[in-house]
Amino acid sequence: MITFILNNKTIKTSEHSGMTLLDFVRYEQRLTGTKIGCREGDCGACTILVGTLNKDETISYQSITSCISPLGNAHGKHIVTIEGTNLKNKLTATQEAMKANYATQCGFCTPGFVVALTGFALSYSENNYNNALNAISGNICRCTGYKSIEKAAHQVVEKLKHYNSKTNFKWLIENKFIPEYFESIPKRLKDIEIKDLNQPKGKYVSGGTDLYVQQADHLADNDVHLIAEKEYLKGIAIENGNCTIGTNSTVSDLWNHSKLNSILPNLRTHLKLVSSEQIRNMASLGGNLVNASPIGDMTIFFLALNSTITIINSEGKERTVALKNFYQAYKTYDLNADELLKSIHFKLPNKNAFFNFEKVCKRTHLDIASVNSAIYISVENDTITEAHVSLGGVAAIPKYLHETSAFLTGKSLTSETILEANERLQKEIAPISDVRGSSDYKRLLGRQLFFAHFTELFPKQFTLNDFVQHA
Amino acid sequence: MLKDTSNNILKTKLNAVSKDLKESIKNLDSYTHVRGESLYVDDVNIRQGTFHAVVFDSPKAHGKIKHIDYSKAEALEGVIRIFTYKDIPGKNEIGGIIPDEPLFAENEVHFWGMPIALIVAETEFIARKARDLIDINIEDLPVITTAKEAKTKGSFINAPRSFSLGDTENAYKDCDFIFEGETFSNGQEHLYIEAQGAYAEPLENGNIKITSSTQGPTAVQKTVAQVLGVSMHKIEIDVTRLGGGFGGKEDQATPWAVMAALATHHLNQSVKLILNRHDDLRMTGKRHPYESSYKIGLSKDLKILAYEAEFLQNSGAAADLSPAIAERTLFHATNSYYVPNVTTKVLSCKTNLPPNTAFRGFGGPQGMFVIESAIAKAASEIGVSPRQIQEANLLDENDTFSYGQIAKQVEAKTSWNSAKNIFNIEALERDIENFNRTNKAFKKGLALMPIAFGISFTNTPMNHARALVHIYLDGSIGISTAAVEMGQGVNTKMMQIAAEVFSVPIEKTKIETTNTTRVANTSPSAASSTADLNGKATLMACNSLLERLKKVASEDLNAPEDSISLKDECVYTNGEKSKLSWTDLINKAMLKRVALTENAHYATPEIHFDKTKEKGHPFAYHVYGTAIVITTVDCTRGTYEFDSVKIVHDYGKSMSKGIDLGQVEGALAQGIGWMTMEEIAYNKDGRLLSNALSTYKIPDLFSVPKNVEVIPLETKGHELAILKSKAVGEPPLMYGIGAYFAIQNAIKAYNPNYNLKFHAPMTPEKVLMSLYQN
Repeated sequence: MITFILNNKTIKTSEHSGMTLLDFVRYEQRLTGTKIGCREGDCGACTILVGTLNKDETISYQSITSCISPLGNAHGKHIVTIEGTNLKNKLTATQEAMKANYATQCGFCTPGFVVALTGFALSYSENNYNNALNAISGNICRCTGYKSIEKAAHQVVEKLKHYNSKTNFKWLIENKFIPEYFESIPKRLKDIEIKDLNQPKGKYVSGGTDLYVQQADHLADNDVHLIAEKEYLKGIAIENGNCTIGTNSTVSDLWNHSKLNSILPNLRTHLKLVSSEQIRNMASLGGNLVNASPIGDMTIFFLALNSTITIINSEGKERTVALKNFYQAYKTYDLNADELLKSIHFKLPNKNAFFNFEKVCKRTHLDIASVNSAIYISVENDTITEAHVSLGGVAAIPKYLHETSAFLTGKSLTSETILEANERLQKEIAPISDVRGSSDYKRLLGRQLFFAHFTELFPKQFTLNDFVQHA
Repeated sequence: MLKDTSNNILKTKLNAVSKDLKESIKNLDSYTHVRGESLYVDDVNIRQGTFHAVVFDSPKAHGKIKHIDYSKAEALEGVIRIFTYKDIPGKNEIGGIIPDEPLFAENEVHFWGMPIALIVAETEFIARKARDLIDINIEDLPVITTAKEAKTKGSFINAPRSFSLGDTENAYKDCDFIFEGETFSNGQEHLYIEAQGAYAEPLENGNIKITSSTQGPTAVQKTVAQVLGVSMHKIEIDVTRLGGGFGGKEDQATPWAVMAALATHHLNQSVKLILNRHDDLRMTGKRHPYESSYKIGLSKDLKILAYEAEFLQNSGAAADLSPAIAERTLFHATNSYYVPNVTTKVLSCKTNLPPNTAFRGFGGPQGMFVIESAIAKAASEIGVSPRQIQEANLLDENDTFSYGQIAKQVEAKTSWNSAKNIFNIEALERDIENFNRTNKAFKKGLALMPIAFGISFTNTPMNHARALVHIYLDGSIGISTAAVEMGQGVNTKMMQIAAEVFSVPIEKTKIETTNTTRVANTSPSAASSTADLNGKATLMACNSLLERLKKVASEDLNAPEDSISLKDECVYTNGEKSKLSWTDLINKAMLKRVALTENAHYATPEIHFDKTKEKGHPFAYHVYGTAIVITTVDCTRGTYEFDSVKIVHDYGKSMSKGIDLGQVEGALAQGIGWMTMEEIAYNKDGRLLSNALSTYKIPDLFSVPKNVEVIPLETKGHELAILKSKAVGEPPLMYGIGAYFAIQNAIKAYNPNYNLKFHAPMTPEKVLMSLYQN
């Protein structure tokens, strides 16, 4: 039985764990405030909150798009829909902010925005305007042009300025952000005995953010094996200059990891280019790697970190493989049917090493790259001592640029080196024309993003003019 | 000096805007919207035993159906029945303007996504599974995807239309400059977040009630009756509200409602049909792509003396609303400029795309993009700023439009000059020059975009509406009109009118669902005219009731009728409060057997148009405004951001400044999306490639302009606008056209070799390729 609390009500259901949470709340529970816009996580109209009980008995709430989330992942959680945020006969602070600023027109996307902003109020992230906007980065509105919604977000941030203790929801209840019953949730969740779901063999699903876009009907109709809660696939550890990340970690887990952010100071700037907050809250890193998309953002990211991955089979036997050798052909990679990716390892950049990630798509955020690229480069006394460059969208696999990386290593860091490296890069890639751009465009963009790494990382040394003609 | 003064003006104006926003009426639907309690089609409670339907559509853009095998699908457990054209009791015909569109394909398919059958099952999931089990064999026929190709092959929807004023042939002789060119503007997906859908229920005597997500309830009713072969009074259409329409549900909400009704008719059971997003994207038409050519002639002092344009409209596989949309392209071909000699021609080209349809602006934006392109090209060739040409040709009072209407209450120059002064255009341009001089990797560009948009259905007979107003015994008021609420705030405006006439709190008024049994034979909610037409009808109904009630009060208070007024739920005589309250008055009226219900009919006066001469006075009035768009292009990556859009807009006397500002901001974002990132892609076989939200991108929170400033133009308003509050739905979309030219100007600042291109949208791909074009 899948057991969880839905708003203020405890649910025990024997529904198929692969059905979407969206269908369950809308059609099984008749909670129609959660809307269907796209069923692929791209519009946010179905945003709901997932509350997870922490070891210290606090709760962490995160927003997700329920359309690409398996019902089984709700097991042991507090699920909050728009109805679960409503107060009796009055508006919450978030709802009031939306109303007062004319931030709702046709109203169809509105519950998604309200839930996401309520999630922001409940979250432990710092209260500022940028974080409030990040919270609604996965919500699309076709009516307002967003300026009124920005004002509403601003009003929410202003109200939250008086909220100090982020682990205690009393203030939020007193100030009409959430209904009273939220106070009882930690205890109620603790009282529900959460046993591991008795799961059938079937398709492995972690966050589901890609699988449910591709094959939601199939997953709803067949056995799935949910792995999002598997402890042995979790966690981020930093030891002796090395980082190990469990493949179940989400993009948000990286976002929220303070130590990782201090070592990679631009991490959040880079991750902000990866989908939306709702999706980052669900998308597992392992899922991104085995999706094997030639433009998988996190894959490109880890390729340039020269990562290795640990693979575990059903008998618990482990092996490791360099990520750059993992991919063989389009969507083909070195993994057997009974194997799972367990963890990702990479060496953290030291003081001489630099990392950068670039991505260009039609829309800067919540879009799939036309081309993306990452670089890890170590420079001592103007000499490149180590370099790893990856480029996505230019080959059948997420591309580690072996020759370009090898060429850079040992060279002095000059514009001549970089221009010559680009010549190598151009020979290593074979982009095709598709809906994300023509092959000529991707080739040019590959060059430009390669140059961008150097203007970003060494702004005192290089400008765009050092590499290209115009201006 | 100049800068400081103007910034003070701007500050004062912005403060006033912000004060107005706090004070003006909020959208009255927002309470249920923010709580998730507003009801859309898919939220309406359904009857027990309701069936669910999924459409089976053509997997080819053009071909002969050789064979279809439904047997495996029919055998699937839970499948109730599959309907095809053979099950249609009436006509297999849904075309609104021209009868050229079947509900279901018979022997041929004409576009990829063309409905062939309806699968009805116990659940939507089963119906979808059954769809995968249908085998179809289609013999390919040649596929046309572009308008030009259709023109070459002589494939048209109807006869071309042409407007002319003066004599262009002769006028070119007097021109110092003549330029010719071609332009392309792509289609645009509506992307209402609520997909198309309908829910049909059987009533007694074979009557059917349909809850539909439509902008045009009467069109749905009429078409259902036609397809079922029953009379219209047996069909009731009810619309609660729409999760966005933008024109996409004016004509194209109809087929889904008809299909649900057809299944209900046969099965005597409720049937729900809600398209999933992929089906919606694949099966429905979009804004029309246009391939156009122009010839513009100017004098030395930059006056446009002659302008010719030929517009090739990619209409898709059936007429839908294309002829009307083509007509509006001609109406707006010269935007807000006076051109004494004009010849324009539009050809509605029949292709194998889904029938393209209404989309906010209705062909107007496509026309305006061409003349703006012509001006940009001329400016670049002559070596002046485009704004010099724009400014030299703005409309004046009493100028003649190419369709013969004399321009009155013209605000083209006032809005242009206000924008220039309030926002200090010289300072803005200077700042951009400085920025571009000192920055290598980023360049800024600016463009001005004036607009003039005609308000009314261009088809004169459609400009009418009715309202039915009840006053209940306790003094509360129910209003029914043909207006469909889809986010534009028309419900609020209707309630405002009644509340104002009777001087009661707005909470005492209620808008009923839009229903064909209460208000019949209606025009769709479209053409920016919904509030004007339905509002005027509501006002008339309320005023008639008021007169009647004044008579009652006059008798009761023994005071002359003209001394009676209503204020704050009380009756006043000669400005003095009487003992009679609003509720008392209603009760007295009831006892005196006075009718407390009124039905009023409004038809826009003054308008007319003669299609044989292509001359007349089609518009009640025009809406004007000017936008300044500023963009920054990242010359490394080819991406761009909009720093700001600064607008002076002609609202007339706005009824709700907050609601109207929302219309401007929303339309602007949609216009910018059309001109920049929204890219519809079909392959040569006519298959939609941008077939999901992952491949078709509309503006998100981070891609809209950082700063949008909208200053109302001070005007008297217009008598034909409801309470002098001018229509605001469509006009501001065309400010977005400025985005295209702003980006182009930034590219030019980086790459002096760049040849101007007039091929929208200006995607990051085009920008990068242009930056590095040799």
